[in-house]
Amino acid sequence: MTSPTKHERRIVIRPPLSLAGTTRDENRTLIRDWWADLNSAEDEGRPVANVFVMGSMAEILRNFDMPIAFPEMTSLQTAVRGRSLEYITTAEDAGYSPDICGYVKADVGVHLQGGDHPMGHLPKPSLVVATNLCNTYIKWGEIWERMYECPVFVFDIPGWRGSGFETKRGSGTFRDDVRYVEAQIHELIALSEEVTGKRFDIDRFRETLSSVNELSRLFQEVLELNQHRPAPFNALTEGINLMGIVNAYRGSPKGTHFLETAKAEFEERIANGVGAVPDERFRLLLVGTACYSNFRDFAGLFEDWQGVFAHSDYMSFAGGALDRGIVYDLDRPIESMAEQMVLSTQEAMGGMFWGQDWLTEVVREWDVDGIVFHGVKSCRTVSTGLPDEREWLLRHRDIPGLFIQSDLVDPRLWSEAQLKNRIDAFFESLESRRAAGARR
Amino acid sequence: MLVAGVDVGSTQTKAVVMNEDREVLGKGLVPTGARLNEAGQAAFEEALARAGAKESEVGFVVGTGYGRYRVEFGDAQVTEISCHARGAVFLFPNTRTVLDIGGQDTKGIKVGPDGQVIDFNMNDKCAAGTGRFLGAASEALEVPLPDLGALALSGKNPVKMTTTCTVFAESEILGWLAKGRHVEDVVAGVHKAIASRSVGLLRRVGIEPEVTFTGGVSNNEAMVELISELVGMPVNTSSETHHCGALGAALFALEQILTGAMTERQTV
Repeated sequence: MTSPTKHERRIVIRPPLSLAGTTRDENRTLIRDWWADLNSAEDEGRPVANVFVMGSMAEILRNFDMPIAFPEMTSLQTAVRGRSLEYITTAEDAGYSPDICGYVKADVGVHLQGGDHPMGHLPKPSLVVATNLCNTYIKWGEIWERMYECPVFVFDIPGWRGSGFETKRGSGTFRDDVRYVEAQIHELIALSEEVTGKRFDIDRFRETLSSVNELSRLFQEVLELNQHRPAPFNALTEGINLMGIVNAYRGSPKGTHFLETAKAEFEERIANGVGAVPDERFRLLLVGTACYSNFRDFAGLFEDWQGVFAHSDYMSFAGGALDRGIVYDLDRPIESMAEQMVLSTQEAMGGMFWGQDWLTEVVREWDVDGIVFHGVKSCRTVSTGLPDEREWLLRHRDIPGLFIQSDLVDPRLWSEAQLKNRIDAFFESLESRRAAGARR
Repeated sequence: MLVAGVDVGSTQTKAVVMNEDREVLGKGLVPTGARLNEAGQAAFEEALARAGAKESEVGFVVGTGYGRYRVEFGDAQVTEISCHARGAVFLFPNTRTVLDIGGQDTKGIKVGPDGQVIDFNMNDKCAAGTGRFLGAASEALEVPLPDLGALALSGKNPVKMTTTCTVFAESEILGWLAKGRHVEDVVAGVHKAIASRSVGLLRRVGIEPEVTFTGGVSNNEAMVELISELVGMPVNTSSETHHCGALGAALFALEQILTGAMTERQTV
């Protein structure tokens, strides 16, 4: 048992694959096009909606040809491009506390700098759509409301009332919850008509829902490909590319085409025995996000040990519930969408507060050696329960877990020596477990 | 043939030279400073001198601690978490829980009978509850670090330290002195604060007997007493526990050679 030196990189000779790089290339094209659409909308005076990955309401907004900007994605991009700190400090200089969400401050910094973003110009929103799935979404919306006097529409979606609480289809409670959300969807439609001056088209809405059904089916199939050994893709590094597209292109045929491309490339890797990480030794599940300001270094700390992330809960809760299997009923589209919103909210909130059963299932089905819980210093909502969840899973399910902390986008909270020490020790302990298991 | 473990910690660097019968022949201890490799080399040479051995007799060296990759003469690296676990079970075979309080890190480690790490928990991005907290108190009170433990034991009415920040501890200490509290009561309060925070970390991995206390702070008699009181059982310490990380590293070095997992260094 010896630790690898920092980021040892080996050249690995792989069999030539005809589809190698096709997913990455299509991802780059689609992200570039998404930015181009945001920029041209602003230039042409078309309204743009700011939305969030949990409850984007893309199905409705696409009906009005409104480009959708995801500030979580654009903030993440500032970090990957190495510029998040500049924006964060701009926001802090304006009075935003060091303790609040790094995504918010990176975004506010971009807006305070006139929309100058490393990948283009961030447009002013004409409409903001948020849900109560995250408190910060609501406060974030209020910031834009003050900056640009744009309307903010917050969906109030009933979640779990307590541990083990779950409303079932057909129950009275479920029907009440759905009716409550359905009424809000009608309100959003009316507001969108007002903002864009366009009429809602129910047939087009059905087409969009049908596309999301297809997107969800493909997303599930792609995730399940990673049950293979070796895992064909890294849910951390390549997973983030999948996530970006399924959010930005939800309800668009371009999104489903992208997942078909990814699926084909990953299937080719499987057929040729090629894993995302050369000579895969450890399979991991990530709970939380990566640290995007130090994304390559973060991934490298695990890859040095030939560890691959076979799955991540981020691909679940920030994937707009696509991983859970969305099947919209096209004969009753709005009611069906309301149902899915209620169900996905329950699952997202349940996963956040009572995630142990789902995590246990993923560990089994994706044949994972251990879970990495990455707490985000500037997001207490998703981070508070992680140490407890980790301990519970070790004590009650004998699933080893590692708890580490840094941030989404704030490089000041990245401490590589401390992280590496913990990560190396975790792998050493996994090796010990494996050796002990072999002796038995 | 001999083996060695070199633990380059944030504050001190320790080295242990061991023979194939697992007997510790020599130990070294130097301040780490800014030149990590030189500190490692100096501690290693001190251990060799005390062992009456030459470097050419050492077949394998494992580096550990934050500076483990800077031990350029080392053959392999293992984290100090694994090393403290291995060392503690070697010293006290019934150990199932290890508390290591070092210069900037406090670790709670749950171990198996063979010294394997089952779980661990550490302070994160904050030196509260570590040896550095005692260092700050030592400087603020102008009491030499080795004398703090005895002084703390003489404190009859410990003050209640409210800060958990090592940097702010100094101003709080001065505040208590300004209120007329005795130095020994302030020192006792500092010790209580560290003990309480450390045992909190330990509880998160689960406290199972026996508990072995390692790291530089395990030399402090007041801390040993307070930790024992808080965990509800006497904790194991010895003259070797300060060097437990280096000892564990030497044991890993020996294992590498005995199991043939790694070839011996070329100098042999």
